[in-house]
Amino acid sequence: MCLAVPMKLVEVTGAAGRADLGGVRRAVALDLVPGASVGDYVLVHAGFAIQVMDEAAAAETIAMLREVAQDPDAPPGPPGDGGPG
Amino acid sequence: MTGHAEWRDPVAVRRLAGEIARLDPGRPVKLMHVCGTHENAICRHGLRDLLPPWVRLVAGPGCPVCVCPAAEIDLAIRAAKAGAIVTTFGDVARVPARTTLMEARAAGADARVVYSVADAALFAAANPGREVVFFAVGFETTACTTAAVLRSGAPRNFSIIASHRYVPPALDALLATPDIGLDGFLLPGHATSVTGLHAYAPLAARHGVPMVVGGFEPVDVMVALRDLLARVGDGRGEAANAYRRAVRDDGNPAAMSAIFDVFELRDAAWRGIGTIPGSGLGLAPAHASRDATARLGLAPDPAIPDAEPGCRCGDVLLGRVEPEDCPLFGSACEPDNPVGPCMVAIEGTCQARYRHRGHA
Ligand code: SF4
Repeated sequence: MCLAVPMKLVEVTGAAGRADLGGVRRAVALDLVPGASVGDYVLVHAGFAIQVMDEAAAAETIAMLREVAQDPDAPPGPPGDGGPG
Repeated sequence: MTGHAEWRDPVAVRRLAGEIARLDPGRPVKLMHVCGTHENAICRHGLRDLLPPWVRLVAGPGCPVCVCPAAEIDLAIRAAKAGAIVTTFGDVARVPARTTLMEARAAGADARVVYSVADAALFAAANPGREVVFFAVGFETTACTTAAVLRSGAPRNFSIIASHRYVPPALDALLATPDIGLDGFLLPGHATSVTGLHAYAPLAARHGVPMVVGGFEPVDVMVALRDLLARVGDGRGEAANAYRRAVRDDGNPAAMSAIFDVFELRDAAWRGIGTIPGSGLGLAPAHASRDATARLGLAPDPAIPDAEPGCRCGDVLLGRVEPEDCPLFGSACEPDNPVGPCMVAIEGTCQARYRHRGHA
């Protein structure tokens, strides 16, 4: 029930929008994200966008992760696949 | 934003586990998360197995369906029996009070599962001759959606049973409970995207306990745990953000103003835990006419028991015991035949552990 997923806004008509996740589109209410526009990623929960995702922050985190993953001085972690299950 | 393989990069996850292992403070550390989506991510990706033995990561009361008191579920059932159409989310309809909403429906009451409170309001518009009640369960992520619908002027025959709960006062109460003994909180990414980190900064400072908000991909969880354990190590009781793509310091001000236009904080019971001051969202006076219990003349029945005999959901919700410690887990209690709310709800700790048994 609390599951919220980031989706890309593809249509905005007033407080009604449509958002896309991997080719699946659904109606999203935009009452709670008054500044959102087409192309934004929004966090969708129970039919409502509840936040606009910050793409610059996402890019910075990914850059940090690339450093973590490539740091040759870091000791290897404990065994285990750690990847998606 | 969503498709980056980086969020699940196994190399980064292993490196982060290595960084965590180097933060050993030389004593056991107990951390708590308060989000069913975190528990599912941690179980699905086997993240507990990547943590060093001195870290214990327990699941707290992060499942809104699990903490909704049986007496409030009973109110919804009685509303349906009184002739209203009761709408709610799927999990909620399956949680037992004396019976469940779904069982009441099988017995002739009108209960319907909706995906969104907006669908419930549309339903009221389509059925003007009937009272349509939305049983409003959920944390701030959901409370803001209920508030948006009430604020935008829902049909007159639409009312709610206000059972939303607000997370920050619950963490305050958990930290004030002496025998839980927490060293830090992994804050819920999506609830905090609504409240903002600033809802937690005073709590972290007052209790001297660090809190770090994390997202739900494996690297999100590991980065947040690393940042949390670094603060545990040097005793920094502060709130920090490891999920910056979704969480801002001030959260979503539009969502917060919707919540506090429509609701006000009240003392509220959490199933299995007890009353937590200021943790419930009751209808504010300007919206009090939307109260379904007043419209239908229903009062909560204090005699409805929260716990089934033998169920340890209350202790599971406080991180006092693991689901596996419950003698009913996986034998008398399974998702298809649940005894307590923690096994009914998708976000319940017992269900998450059951579904991912033997997977880690
Ligand atoms: S396993 Fe079932 S009976 Fe035991 S605590 Fe969890 S929900 Fe309750």
